[in-house]
Amino acid sequence: MTTADRLAQKEYGYGFVSPVEADTLPKGLSEDTIRLISQKKGEPEFMLEWRLKAYRHWLTLEGQSPAWANVSHDPIDFQDIIYYSAPKGKTDGPKNLQEVDPEILRAFEKLGIPLEEQKRLSGIAVDAVFDSVSVATTYKDTLDKLGIIFCSFSEAVKNHPDLIKKYLGSVVPYTDNFYAALNAAVFSDGSFAYIPKGVRCPVELMTYFRINQADTGQFERTLIVADESAYVSYLEGCTAPSRKRNQLHAAVVELVALDNAEIKYSTLQNWFPGDAEGKGGVYNFVTKRGKALGRKSKISWTQVETGSAITWKYPSVILQGDDSVGEFYSVALVNNRQQADTGTKMIHLGKNTRSTIISKGISAGRGQNTYRGLVRILPGAEHARNYTQCDSLLLGSACSASTVPYIEVRNPTAQVEHEASTSKVSDDQLFYCMQRGISEEDARFMIINGFCREIFKELPWEFAVEASQLLKVSLEGAVG
Amino acid sequence: MPTVTAPPTSPYQSAYDSLASQSAQQPAWLRDLRRNAMQRFAHLGFPTARRGNEPWKYTSVAPIAQAALAHDAAAGAATLAHLKRLAPWRDAWPRLVFVDGRYNARLSSCDSLPRGVRLHTLAHALATDPAALEPHLGHIASWTDDAFVALNTAFLADGAVLIIPPGAVLEEPVHILHVVTDGAGAIAAHPRTLVLAGDRSRAAIIETFVSASGAAYFTNAVTEIVAAPSAQIAHAKLMLEGAASYHVGGTCVRQAQDSAFTSASISSGAALARNNLAILLASPGASCNLSGLSLTAGSQHLDNTLSVDHAAPHTTSRQIYKGILDGQSRAVFVGRVLVRQGATKADAVQRSKNLLLSRGAEIDAKPSLEILTDDVRCSHGATAGELDQSALFYLMSRGLPRDAARSLLVQAFASEIIQSLAIAPLRTWLDRRLALPLAASHAEVPA
Repeated sequence: MTTADRLAQKEYGYGFVSPVEADTLPKGLSEDTIRLISQKKGEPEFMLEWRLKAYRHWLTLEGQSPAWANVSHDPIDFQDIIYYSAPKGKTDGPKNLQEVDPEILRAFEKLGIPLEEQKRLSGIAVDAVFDSVSVATTYKDTLDKLGIIFCSFSEAVKNHPDLIKKYLGSVVPYTDNFYAALNAAVFSDGSFAYIPKGVRCPVELMTYFRINQADTGQFERTLIVADESAYVSYLEGCTAPSRKRNQLHAAVVELVALDNAEIKYSTLQNWFPGDAEGKGGVYNFVTKRGKALGRKSKISWTQVETGSAITWKYPSVILQGDDSVGEFYSVALVNNRQQADTGTKMIHLGKNTRSTIISKGISAGRGQNTYRGLVRILPGAEHARNYTQCDSLLLGSACSASTVPYIEVRNPTAQVEHEASTSKVSDDQLFYCMQRGISEEDARFMIINGFCREIFKELPWEFAVEASQLLKVSLEGAVG
Repeated sequence: MPTVTAPPTSPYQSAYDSLASQSAQQPAWLRDLRRNAMQRFAHLGFPTARRGNEPWKYTSVAPIAQAALAHDAAAGAATLAHLKRLAPWRDAWPRLVFVDGRYNARLSSCDSLPRGVRLHTLAHALATDPAALEPHLGHIASWTDDAFVALNTAFLADGAVLIIPPGAVLEEPVHILHVVTDGAGAIAAHPRTLVLAGDRSRAAIIETFVSASGAAYFTNAVTEIVAAPSAQIAHAKLMLEGAASYHVGGTCVRQAQDSAFTSASISSGAALARNNLAILLASPGASCNLSGLSLTAGSQHLDNTLSVDHAAPHTTSRQIYKGILDGQSRAVFVGRVLVRQGATKADAVQRSKNLLLSRGAEIDAKPSLEILTDDVRCSHGATAGELDQSALFYLMSRGLPRDAARSLLVQAFASEIIQSLAIAPLRTWLDRRLALPLAASHAEVPA
């Protein structure tokens, strides 16, 4: 009996699993695992070397997974994870609706947007990462004509090794943190995008992540490079079937923006959050960072985080180029027993660099929500400017909201402002809506939606509608 | 607290041993407390500013850990004239004066106290009425997880005790003055203050730490305050230690129902200082108002770490701390508001505002909110930056020279804290005293 067979017989929750035959490595992690992953993917020597360096560094960390976050979970047994699982038939990815989780489809029905339809209508080029291997990309021709490279990471390693060599690890080195080191050692695939000089990418690029195989960790790696004066908007959606066991998702995203370039990165994260009792769900331990390398470059992160049992994620911007801009817009929602410790880091190096942080946290059920953010102004960052606003909304007496900003200023010409508030849905607002004939549940949702408005308006429109509805679905039973 | 720099600092152990042999007359519970605290300190060691040690993330106490300090030095000579020059002063203020860590009866005065109010040295109180102290001493300031409180507790011998009976009202503030003389050298002192404020009592307490000494001495103070129901306590701490000294001071307050506590913390001295202020709002209706002003210059390092624990419903807290940073100095503000489950209708505001006057200065602020229940109103804010350029332009356009305009704006920034001091005589004294370093420092700021 192969591992895959054994796993197929395992009990799983009410969720959906694509019955796709997979080429799966046995559980466990060693140098051999890494060699095997590299070999299966037919990688050049430099990639294997980089992976091994990362692995050896990870070993020196000796299981020192970060302990400072306001989350708790049992220790993760890194030998109990399958590090590589690829669908055997490459065309079996979630390219048609039959392949997609009916739970998700049902959810999307509630949202009123057929998933595939939505993508086609809005002209999103999709690079679907199914478990660990990228199975399909669309809109290739349109992109090719403009010289835009949008492909799976494995293809990029084969076809564009120079770009990979130049930028891989340049924003998130494998020494960055525990999970970044692990990802660098074992990442199996991901997306790569390169927008050449002066090109404005005409469609939203999209990656769709899905963890399908039981006991797999998903370690994808995304690298986006916007060359001088280029523009790209990138969307990322995430789902996973419901499983009683926890699954690990340790991704790395690196963004590089050169002079006058702009990258807009939007995430709708709806990994399985575990059941109401907190069993199962995805551990979402992700390192996302952009480097605004060039003058007047701009990197903008927008995230709507409604899923995952635990989220540990700080999309950051290193503002290196003079006059560069960093933005972070976030809605993080926790319900039931979800835990989220999320925020951003804005590291100001260049002159006249500006950053804006708007974070909205919603806690319901027994959820724990923490905003943790760093604004660091280094001595050379003349006239740097930061504005941070973090608001938390509490729905119910058993949930919690923490706001932990770190502000480090080493230049007197900088202006840094941080504001935060925590409250429940105001009785006055509720009363106002209800006396106009709106039901309590609708009124609450309306207020919550208004609370998130500033963030949703940053999302591409087709995502914004989805996000708002996703919020409603995630909060079912928590409001009203 | 994950820790340990040097191996359990043996100089402290030997100083403790020699002190322990002299204090055989202390009550048994106190000797036990001190022994346990010494063991705890030996276990904890001095905290290190390494990654992951959140309470000490921004402050390294390595200079204190490495300092060679004398625990048994004799007190130097100080005169009233000397004190009046150094510290705020009213002859009518009841006062306890400690010179080089030792009580000085000649300079102290407890004449003008209302009946029933007891102001004594800790040594006296322990000798005469230890039972009144036992339930409180060492119970308000936790020595189990803070190495400096453990160290102070281990060396607990003298300090100040103020016991205010129910309903008593003190018209004049009580002044507890710690002065280090110029010739004292690198001494270590561990003064302890205990304030027990009875029901409906009202009092103001000033704790001043002051010195003109250039020595690298170390003050490790702990103050414990218990506010009974409806007590109203105003507390001011003036940290004006010598330029090369180290100061670590913990003030821990436990507040009962409807009690009100105001605190003002003014810091401008010491090479390396840390003020810890921890408030427990233990019962409904308790409220606290905490304000602070710190002035740093040269290579000073000043850390204000605050914690307010809303453990009951209908509790209110206000924090406003301001920093004015000059030279290559570094200031740290860490403020924590915790609203526990069930502490509904808690109302908390936390503000940290910082003015950077020069290149090379650094401010690290970490104002945090931890809210574990929904029916609350909490907010915080933090700002850092230079003087408002348009305000500066406005003043200069009206004919003020740049330096005068700057000076005016800096004073305006500070006055929000100074003018709100509950103890009125301190306002004028601080206005006069603090104006000096500010005016002098402008010249060094590049235009």
